Order: sequence, then structure tokens, then C-alpha cells
Amino acid sequence: MLAQTPLNDWHLEHGARMVDFAGWSMPVQYTSIVEEHQATRTAATIFDISHMGRLRFDGPDAEAFLDRLLTRKVVGMGLGRIRYSLMTNASGGILDDVLVYHLETPSSRRYHMLVVNASNREKIVKWIQASLQPGEAVEFNDRTMETAMIAVQGPDATRIVEQLFAKDLSSMGYYTGIVTEQMGKPCIVTRTGYTGEDGYELIVRTDVAQQVWNNLMLAGREFGVRPAGLGARDTLRLEAGMPLYGHELTEEINPIQAGLCFAVNLKDRKFSGHQALVDFADQQNPFQRIGLELRGRRVPREDYAILRDGEEIGKVSSGTFSPTLGRPIAMAYVVSAAAEIGTEVKVDIRGKLETACVVELPFYSRPNAT
Amino acid sequence: MNLEELLYAETHEWVHVVEDNGEKIATVGISAFAVEQLTDLVFMELPQVGTAVEAGNEFGEVESVKAVSPLYSPVSGEIVETNLSLPDNLQTLGEDPYEAGWIIKIKLANEFDLSSLLDHESYQRQCAEEG
Repeated sequence: MLAQTPLNDWHLEHGARMVDFAGWSMPVQYTSIVEEHQATRTAATIFDISHMGRLRFDGPDAEAFLDRLLTRKVVGMGLGRIRYSLMTNASGGILDDVLVYHLETPSSRRYHMLVVNASNREKIVKWIQASLQPGEAVEFNDRTMETAMIAVQGPDATRIVEQLFAKDLSSMGYYTGIVTEQMGKPCIVTRTGYTGEDGYELIVRTDVAQQVWNNLMLAGREFGVRPAGLGARDTLRLEAGMPLYGHELTEEINPIQAGLCFAVNLKDRKFSGHQALVDFADQQNPFQRIGLELRGRRVPREDYAILRDGEEIGKVSSGTFSPTLGRPIAMAYVVSAAAEIGTEVKVDIRGKLETACVVELPFYSRPNAT
Repeated sequence: MNLEELLYAETHEWVHVVEDNGEKIATVGISAFAVEQLTDLVFMELPQVGTAVEAGNEFGEVESVKAVSPLYSPVSGEIVETNLSLPDNLQTLGEDPYEAGWIIKIKLANEFDLSSLLDHESYQRQCAEEG
């Protein structure tokens, strides 16, 4: 039996095609992936992302505890700050990529939160429980099933979300968050997203999730807001060069190979995987994550081989047809010698070799990105 | 095109057979239901004229943003014509799947038995079950 989000009935009533994603029944598209993708780039869309894991940490030792688990510093994070980080195992392999939040409630209660991938939630919960030491003052709660998460993404997102909270959100910094109220219940509003556009993510109690979703649809009507599914979420994040766990990120890949050094702070730290990453940083990196652009229209899919001079030099980790560029794109891992921008390679697309060029990531950056 | 005259494969290809100088020519396309299920088409691979095809075997592929889907020949015979303008105008498949959106024409093998295909009513039933 698949888990359902509080918005499940709404998705079905609005013609969503539902798929099994990490044990959740989720909308993959309502009308067309390309239409939902373009609406996100030009206006705004709303996504049900309630499948993401939401883990809350209270208590005086929570900060130091998370600092021991994450590749980026949690100690000293300012209130309202959010950081992209990784969790690595003892050998430096990526357990998950997460957002860590330092938040304060209106009643001045301070706490930390992690948002983790749906596909990794159970693993991470176990990892956290196993990492807690006796006597450590950390109160850990998995809040996934009591809450829902809604993303509003696109250039018109601010004007839509502002209407629900009757306040100016335009000055809110990227990767910051506040705890406020919606329908008389606590609501976390953050300026974050997974599309490469400006946008917000809202975390609300399940009992008001449908009402908040309806309010967003109503507030967005004048901007042509529409719901978008996981299909568009995938093409959007790919154009934005953002990795996806299970594709670009696995336990066999470390953050340096994944090109995520910005999300690792090694100096004066002691987190799981720290020593392995220090050792690895001194070596020659055998594989690197790259971006590929193709000239034809055939799409390189996950696991397709990449060749140079007839020799296999890597594999595609995810690929799609980019609606913005109008051509196929992919992320891939290749030997470092072939990772230089401008390198020409071949992708074996079901037996036919198609020419591809190594290009800079991301494939798409929004205009006036701050 | 009168849709009720068409025959269908379970894999969602339609067939329209006409007799021409004693030869049976089958025009083949994919149903409106299939096009709607695929959505966001980006690429189509057509076979070479002159290729021999067997019913149930792959003759080409159609690719969407999300996935690639094989095209199966609903009949056996030899490909005598392909719709060359289609790959650059894939929207035709959605706009006019039974006329301008035809994909290939096949000269039927003499022994091929059309009764192995679904009639319009049976195919509609199948779509209702899948939809």
C-alpha cells in the first residue's frame, strides 16, 4: 500500500497521473511535463512535495549532534538560516543530500530541522538513531506524516505566496526561513527550491494542507499558476544542474567526485566521513560529474555508456530533453581526463553513437539570479 | 477516416487496409489514446522502405521527455512507404493521428491473417480498462 499525501484526492480530481515514488503515490504530471516546466520558468507552479522527509531536532545538544552528522557546519548557523549539506558514511560515500534549517517559533523556541529525500528517509532515521550517544540531550522527531510540504516555484512565486501571509516577502533572503502561521496553525516558509527558479517551500500541518494549497491556487490565478508534478520537477532540476539522490548521488560516490565541494567544510571538523574525505582530497580524482549537451533529438537515459575513441569512459546518471534549450541534456560521470569543458564524446543510445559535448553546469540559470 | 473501420493491435497501433491492384496495403499509425498517454514527444525513428516486418516485432521507436517507447508492427509484410515529414512534425500525431499522422505503409504478406487484430469496439474496451 502506497503512502498518500493529504493532497491525494485533489491530484486525482485534477487529472494527475500518479506514480509510485519511493513508496508514495505522487503526481508525475497533470497535463504535460513540458507545459508544467515552461510555466515554472515563465510564471509559477505549485508542487506537492509532501513525500520529502521532515525531521525535527530539539534540545541543547541538537546543534552539536547535527554538526557531527553533516558535511557542513551546523554549529553557529544563524536563526532563519538554511544550508544544503550532505550526510556521508565513514568512507565518505553519500548517504543523502539534505537541507538543514535553524528556525525559531513565534514563541521563541529554537530548533533544527532536516529535510531528507523520500527514498532515504528510513535509512537516515536509522542512521540518526544509531548516531545518538547515551546522555546526549537531543529530542528527535520524524514529522513527515504529521505535515505536508508544498513548493511554489517561478518568477511570480513571491507575489503569490505574499498574498497568503499579507507581508512583503521580497526581502527574504535565498536559503532563509521563518516560522509563521497559516489557518491558525504553524507554517514554515522558506525561500528554497529544486527548480533553478526563485521560489518558496511551505511546511504545514496535514489538516490545513488542502486549504493552503487551495489558497495558493486562488492567489496565483491572476498569474496563471498551475500544479506541476514530479516529471517537471525532474526536468527543471536537471536544467539547473542539481543532483538527484539515486542518480548523481549514491553511497559509492563521495562529495568531491559529485562536484559538491561547496557543501563540504573539512576545516576543524569531525563528522562521519571526515577523515576519508581529507584523504581523498589529496588524491587524483578518478571520476567527475559533468554536463553533456547533444545535437540530435534522441535522449541519453540513465546508465547509457559514454565513449571516447571507442573506449567506455563513463555513464549517464540522468538525462532528459531540455524544454528550455530544445535539445537533449544529461548529467554523467566520466574519467577526469574527459571532464574538461568542450570535450567531444559519444553516447551509446541503444546501439547508435550520438555526439555529445561536455558543457558547464548548470545548463540553465535564471535571469537576475541573486 | 472512419475509425470503426480500423483494426488495432493491443500495443496501440491502428491499421487501415486497402486493396490496390490485388495487393493489400496496410497504413499504420498509433491511436489517439496512445499519443495522449505518451505526451511530450520529442523524437521518432522510422524504418527504411523495403524492410520486412513481422507482426508483433519492433519497427521503430517514439521518444518522449520521460521515456522511449517501441513501435510494434501490427501486421507482417514489407514496408513500402514511411511518413517522412512526421519526425520533424510530431505534433501531427496529436492533432491528426488517423490521417496526417500515419507512420508507415506495409504491403501485407499473403498469408497474414487480419483476424488476429482487434476491432474498434474491442480496442475501445481495452483503452477503457487501461485508462
